[in-house]
Amino acid sequence: MPHTQHPIELLRFNTCGSVDDGKSTLIGRLLYDSKNLMEDQIEALERSADITGGGQINLANLTDGLRAEREQGITIDVAYRYFATPKRKFIVADTPGHVQYTRNMVTGASTANLSIVLVDARQGVIEQTRRHTFIAALLGIPHLVIAVNKMDLVEWSEARFTEIRDEIEAFLPKLGAFHDVKFIPMSALNGDNVVELSKDCPWYGGPTLLDHLETVHIASDRNLNALRFPVQWVNRPNNPTDAALHDFRGLSGQIASGIVRRGQEVVVLPAGIKTRVATIWTYQGPLEEAFSPQSVTLCLEHDIDISRGDMIVGLDQLPGHSADLHAQVCWMHSRPLQAGKKYFLKHGTQTVQAIVSSLESRINMTTLDPEPAPAALAINDIGGIRLKTAKPLIYDGYATNHLTGAFILIEQGTNATVAAGMLSAPTETARPEYADFAI
Amino acid sequence: MNSYHLDHLQYLETEAIHVMREVAAEFERPALLFSGGKDSICLLRLAEKAFRPSDIPLPFLNVETGHEFPELLEFRDRRAKELGAKLIVRTVDEAIAKGQAHPAPGEVSRNKLQIPVLLGAIEEFQFDCAIGGARRDEEKARAKERFFSFRDAFGQWDPKNQRPEIWNLYNGRVNPGENMRVFPLSNWTEMDVWEYIKTEKLEVPNIYFSHERDCFRRGGQWLPVPPPHTDVAKPDPYAGARPKATEPIKKLVVRVRTIADMISTGMIESRADSVEDIIAEVSAARVTERGTRADDKASEAAMEDRKKAGYF
Repeated sequence: MPHTQHPIELLRFNTCGSVDDGKSTLIGRLLYDSKNLMEDQIEALERSADITGGGQINLANLTDGLRAEREQGITIDVAYRYFATPKRKFIVADTPGHVQYTRNMVTGASTANLSIVLVDARQGVIEQTRRHTFIAALLGIPHLVIAVNKMDLVEWSEARFTEIRDEIEAFLPKLGAFHDVKFIPMSALNGDNVVELSKDCPWYGGPTLLDHLETVHIASDRNLNALRFPVQWVNRPNNPTDAALHDFRGLSGQIASGIVRRGQEVVVLPAGIKTRVATIWTYQGPLEEAFSPQSVTLCLEHDIDISRGDMIVGLDQLPGHSADLHAQVCWMHSRPLQAGKKYFLKHGTQTVQAIVSSLESRINMTTLDPEPAPAALAINDIGGIRLKTAKPLIYDGYATNHLTGAFILIEQGTNATVAAGMLSAPTETARPEYADFAI
Repeated sequence: MNSYHLDHLQYLETEAIHVMREVAAEFERPALLFSGGKDSICLLRLAEKAFRPSDIPLPFLNVETGHEFPELLEFRDRRAKELGAKLIVRTVDEAIAKGQAHPAPGEVSRNKLQIPVLLGAIEEFQFDCAIGGARRDEEKARAKERFFSFRDAFGQWDPKNQRPEIWNLYNGRVNPGENMRVFPLSNWTEMDVWEYIKTEKLEVPNIYFSHERDCFRRGGQWLPVPPPHTDVAKPDPYAGARPKATEPIKKLVVRVRTIADMISTGMIESRADSVEDIIAEVSAARVTERGTRADDKASEAAMEDRKKAGYF
């Protein structure tokens, strides 16, 4: 792995809010004020301002990249932006606020450490605010920022800000587990409290948005607990010229969680065979240990038949093992989900057939309460379902392990990705016989 | 390392390796688009990291416009050989001769003509996946691109109907005739690419470093003077791309920041002759990388239109 002299952390965040809350303007402002915009980008902005904007620069044009978006003034898909300050590098997913595009928010948020939910100070908390906060919580995003925007339009009223904060804080406990939640009053249009502190709200004693993004503690977001190594690709050289490689049999993959050490005892699932890690092979030479999310190649002490989709785990905290699963899904396709239908389910590095045995609940996005036994889940619905897979999955609950607890559903025939799923904690744990491998 | 911490470059690297291994595992006939440019140079190192000690399990594919910098072709051929990879080259000239590509009257750039050639090569070799070095930070339309970008049987990209991409679960399923473009460097910036080249000590073609070259001014850019027209039996492939009488030739110290071909690549005046110098220059740059690409200046939606039609 390459090493730079001053390791710079990467923070991934997404922005969400409803149409006209000023998401794209906020990202434009972050880029502009942190001097991450280039002259030709500013020129392009000015050009389009002269043609269509009556001379007014529209920072939203920076992220609304597709023609239809500029024409309709909306963001229709997740746009990714990149910027850096001396303290951190950032990947921003600008996720649309249109009701029908909730699937894009799930997409953008699934890889984020932090979500920014925008609230228009004039409108206050609306259904979209609850929905976006709920999705951020559902996806297990550790850090939340509530950006109360357009404060200039409510005369920077502290009372208004407090009112919005209280209303959100009232429903947050219902959503569970954010590590931290920050409320920041701002005006993205004028740049107040985005990069520079505002002079208009002496009552606000907190950081600017950028300060917060640069300093929020993300080092413990990674999961270093139980070792999970989904085998991605069997690495077996064909006719190697190097005789030492004749018997090379490596298992390549990305460590989903935990730490693996040379010599460590591991179990290969679902076979349930116990062996040891002989070598942690990498292009730059062998490692003594490796950790999530590094991509490595493991060679095991015994020559066991292992293929893509198998999982190598540590001896402690064994994962679940079942073909009967319960999950929360976000439905992403215009053809609704109905019980009885068959899909491909991709989980980690394996794809299996799955049948949706029942729909158990559908979240009411206004109350955020589950309503039992829906007839179907329509696009942008979130609900609880039961699934039966053709082959048992080796998995964890999403709450403890995002990568081994997540799946997607793929429609057979069209191959459309139709759902994002989060598995509930397992009730049955893998019970390997623990027979040591013996020749 | 013992702090169990990855810096941003290590994070981008492990993400890209994961993507490449997904391709090797899920597709039957994948290819890697290798032009010899800096982004695809990073792809090669990532492929080595993903697949060694095995051979890199996919051939390299390049589409030539016929207007390439000779230095780039030499570098491309040599690297493919060094890595023991099969290199497949298809050219716009061949496609025109076979009637698969039709130059628009008066259009000098062969940028758009690469599209039918690429689609033809995909069909010829039945590739179901092509790995490319495109990055989301390059251009606004690219910013909406997925890691796994689905193309229908006509090779088209439909930006309004992309597959959602959630966590690191990529849906690589395609039906016969359809294919996937996969971009492992999606989350990399121009700076990340150069930092990676530095950290990994990767060789790059010498045209990235400053050198003396005859240039002329057109469309606000310094374009390289094309090589002389020697084979008079054939029409001049650079007709229209040669300096006119009103465009004086100047010898400048220049380098390329991004490489298309000689017709679409603006040279930048620069004294940067090491990777360190380039990194310093990129961090101080006041225009984006694609600001030196004539092909993107055509209109606000130039890239979007080409991508929809099947461009990389």
